[in-house]
Parts: sequence; structure tokens; C-alpha cells
Amino acid sequence: MTTTSLKARREATAAVPARRRRNGATTRAPWLLLAPFLALFLLTFILPIIVAVISSFTKVTRRGLFGEQGISSGFAGFSNYAQALADGNFIGSIGRMLLFGVVQVPVMIVLATVLALLLESASARWPGLFRAAFFLPYGVPGVIATILWSFLYVPGLSPLYSIASAFGLSPDFLGPHSVLWSIANIVTWSYTGYNMLIIIAQLKAIPGEVYEAARMDGASPVRVASSIQLPLIRPALVLTTIFSIIGTLQLFAEPQVLQSVSSSIDSQYTPNLSAYTTAFAYNDYNVAAAQAVLIAVIAFALSFAFLAITNRKSS
Amino acid sequence: MTATLTKPGTKPATRPAAAGGKKSTTILVTGALVVATLYFLVPVYWVVVASTKTTGDLFGTNGFAFAANFNLWNNLAQVLSYDGGIFVRWFANSVLYAGVGALLATYIAAAGGYALAKYTFRGSNLVFGIILGGVLVPGTATALPLFLLFSQLGLANTYWSVLLPSLVSPFGLFLCRIHAQATVDPALIEAARLDGAGEIRIFHTVGLRVLTPALVTVFLFQLVGVWNNYFLPLVMLSDTRLYPITLGLNNWLSQVNRLPEFYQLTTGGVLLSIIPLALAMIVLQRFWRGGLTEGSVK
Repeated sequence: MTTTSLKARREATAAVPARRRRNGATTRAPWLLLAPFLALFLLTFILPIIVAVISSFTKVTRRGLFGEQGISSGFAGFSNYAQALADGNFIGSIGRMLLFGVVQVPVMIVLATVLALLLESASARWPGLFRAAFFLPYGVPGVIATILWSFLYVPGLSPLYSIASAFGLSPDFLGPHSVLWSIANIVTWSYTGYNMLIIIAQLKAIPGEVYEAARMDGASPVRVASSIQLPLIRPALVLTTIFSIIGTLQLFAEPQVLQSVSSSIDSQYTPNLSAYTTAFAYNDYNVAAAQAVLIAVIAFALSFAFLAITNRKSS
Repeated sequence: MTATLTKPGTKPATRPAAAGGKKSTTILVTGALVVATLYFLVPVYWVVVASTKTTGDLFGTNGFAFAANFNLWNNLAQVLSYDGGIFVRWFANSVLYAGVGALLATYIAAAGGYALAKYTFRGSNLVFGIILGGVLVPGTATALPLFLLFSQLGLANTYWSVLLPSLVSPFGLFLCRIHAQATVDPALIEAARLDGAGEIRIFHTVGLRVLTPALVTVFLFQLVGVWNNYFLPLVMLSDTRLYPITLGLNNWLSQVNRLPEFYQLTTGGVLLSIIPLALAMIVLQRFWRGGLTEGSVK
């Protein structure tokens, strides 16, 4: 830093050749500023992706009963992918996440939108206080949120069961059919406030004249919401939906933590849990890499499909 | 800066129906918001109540009501002293991973975003395109191959294995580039150049100062992101002394089936771990919103 500033000072005294050298400095400077980011990006994004793709096309063969006669690896073609796709449990976990997403994502986005509209409507009292309360769960890590809710799901510990029985209900939050929706509840609890903030940010960007005009025309608050606010916050809704779709396919912490209290969650309950199990319980890193690539590809495909549908509707 | 300029103007304008708001609608809307608040705060209330109980009372009394026996200080003392104070160590690890990680990540993203916004050079569009692709790559997709890579480099199961990936924020770089384009005045840079300041020095004196509001947002995003991260440390770490708080508490929860007193440790630990974050969220959410609005306006 001191050398460059010294050089710059010298350059300032000699005007004409300085400009030429200055050009050298301005071509070097951006790369110098970018260098730390690019180095770390290469190490933690590019290289792992290359490693994942390569190892998903690699087959490791162990000779001898325990591989004591040496290990050799070679090109496997699509055999790891074939193995991943032939695994009924892995395919089942993807189907489970699609079902989860089809229900949970709309519920959460609708809830976030309604809360955002209510908070931004003039009728709401103490909007700052409510906003903080709704956003608070986002600061609670997924693991901790799951531990919190798991206490409310465990029979004998949770007061919810006695409340439910007072209404004549006998819920089973951790049963084989209901545990998926118990997870959906945790995810909704965690991320509704965050999505709400993104929507509120977009609502605040609507110019005041638009509201002014609507009031002149005598539009009711409901009419303002449906014909002015909802169309104008479309970008925020698309953004939050895409993030939620990607997040749904990545679901891991919630089911993994709930395993300690629910026997209904197996080791391949979600795609990511499946890849984790393949890698660390079966030590089959190559098939796990193929699964990781498949999950990322499906997440991309779904996001683009959603974008394509929303774009077609708007045009 | 733009936020402070636009806020006074937009605030009264975005809440225009105030005059038309009837008392009955106010009650209805506020009622709905109160119900939503109950939903979002009930688990937190439960853990506050639970952490004041003895293990016997935890199962024997109503979960939403305080028991006669107030055992909070005892429980917290146990949480802090169990296994030679491992909880304090987990907490310190989380602060290290999230705090130091987010601070350095913000600086690195700012330098990169500033460079991409303020210089025209060959390859800048390609570099930016690749980094933008990184925003869409989910963290869990890279965690497994990253583990394979790091174990070959001998970095797995060290502090570095969690800290190094925490230093990269493609989204942060993206935000910083937008802000640098919009707020860092080229005339200011040219003036600094005429004063004889070097390019790197101009970034530190002019760039960082003008970018400060965006940096706060980037820092907060990265802080929460790393603090909440579970998959990466789970894959990387096997030594419990390197665990962040999330992994540590899950370790305690997994033992409740054999030893019920771990319920007390876990509830106490959960309470201690959410207090600082809850306070941070309440205090910082105004910065959060400001940052997001600025990003979306431009």
C-alpha cells in the first residue's frame, strides 16, 4: 500500500509519463482487489463443484475382501447416476419434498404476504413491534428452532397435547404421516418473517402518488391491495418463491434433528439426508456426489420452470 | 445515504389510507397480528418457562405455566459447567465462525464488488457472471465435495474447514457491486487520484466509507448465514471441541432418550443461545430492511 502511494506521488510530479503508468496501475488494481475473493471462491465453490462432477463419474474398485490388495478408480460413465436413480428411497425422498413444497411454499408465501399487507396498512397498530416479533424466528438457527418445536411435539413434555385433548382431538405430531407437516410447520415458523421483510421492502418502494390516485378514485383498502399492491410486489413474490423452492430441496437440519425424537424419519427422508447417509454411513462418496449433483440440477430446473411460467403469465 | 434521503418522503406516503381507517378495522387487523405474534412467540415462551423447571417438574407440570419450584439459576449453572464448560467453548466457536467470518467476508466482498463496479477491464463481465452463478449454488451442494477436497488438503476437522467457506459471500459481492455503481462518485475517485493516492488506498479511504450502509447489510446476512449453518460444520467437524453451538446442542438433544436430565441442559442451552440472537434481530432489523430496500430500488 505504501509503495503504491509513493509511486503515485512520484507520478503526480511527472505529468505525461505518469498517465501511461497510471493506466498500468488501473489495470492491475481491479485484479488486486478481486484476488482474495477469487482465490476463496475458487477454493470453496469452483473446485468443489469440479470435484463433485468428477467423482460422480468415477468408480472406485477395491480388490480383495477389504480392499487390501489396492484400490483403483476409473471412469464410470453414468453408472453412479443410474444407481442413485434406481434407489427407490432416494426417488421417494425427492417426491416427498415436492409434496412438501407444493403445500408449504404457497402457505408460507401467502402468510408472509398477508402479514406484510396488514403491517403496511394504515390500520395496524404498533407495526414496528409486530415486525420484530415476526422476524425474530429467522435469527433462531434451524437446528435450535427444531429443538424448540420438538419439545412441543414430544408427548408427555408438550402442553399442546393436553390443549388438543380439551377440544377432543388426539394429534400425533411425530407419526409417520404427520411428521412431514410438523417439519413444514418449523420451516414456516422460521422463514415467514424473513419473506415478509422482503415483501415489505418492495411495498415501501411503491410511490405515494399511486396510493393518492387510488384514494381519489375511492378505492377500498382491499381493492388497493388486490389491484395495486399485489401486482407491484410480484418481483418480490417471485424471488421469495424461488428461494423457498431451492430451500425445500435442500431441507436437512430439521428432519435430521427430529430423528432423535421421531422414529418415523428414516435416514433417507430428504434428498440431502440421503446423500449424507450415502457418504458417511455407506462411505460411497461417488454415488453421494451423483446425488448432490442431481439435487442441484433439480433445484435449478424447478426454479427456471417457475420463472418461465411466471414470465409467460405476465406477457 | 439514499435510505435517509428517501425515508422521510416515502413514510407518510406509503401509509396513505390513515384518514380512512375505521376503528373496527383497526381492531380486526391488530387482532390478526396478535394471533400471528402468539404463533411466532409460543415456542420461545415455552423454552423460557421450561428452563426454570427441574427435570421432574418439566414432565409433571403444565408446560405453559411456571412451576412452584424456580430452578432457573441452577439449570443455567449446570449448562455452563457441564463437561468442563464445553457450552461456553461452543458459544465462543460460533462467535469466531460467524463474527470473524462475516467481518472478513464483508471486507473481501466489498473489495471485489468495488473492483467490478468501478473499473472497466477485460474479463470483468465473465468474472461477474461466474460469481453470480455462485449465488444460486446452494451451500449444501458444495459441502460434501468440499469435505472431500479439504480432507485431501488436511484441513478437515480444523477451525479452517468452517472458517474458510464462511469468508465467501457471492451475494455480498453482488450487493456491494450494485451499491458501488450507484453511490461511489467517479469524480471523488478522480479527485483522490489527482491527490496522488494509490488505487488500493482510494478503495480504503473513499470506497469503504461510501459503501458503509451496504456493508452493514452484507455483514448481517453473512453473520446469520454462518451462525445458522449446520450442514457444513456437521460434515467437516468430528472433534466436539471445535463444534459451533448448533452442533453442540444437537449433540445434547441426541442423548435425551438415554438420560432425561439432558432435557434440562438442552432447554437451558437453547435459552442462552437465542437470547443474544433475538436481541440482535430486534435491534438490527431496521438496518436489514434499509439495506434490502436500497437494493431493490436500484
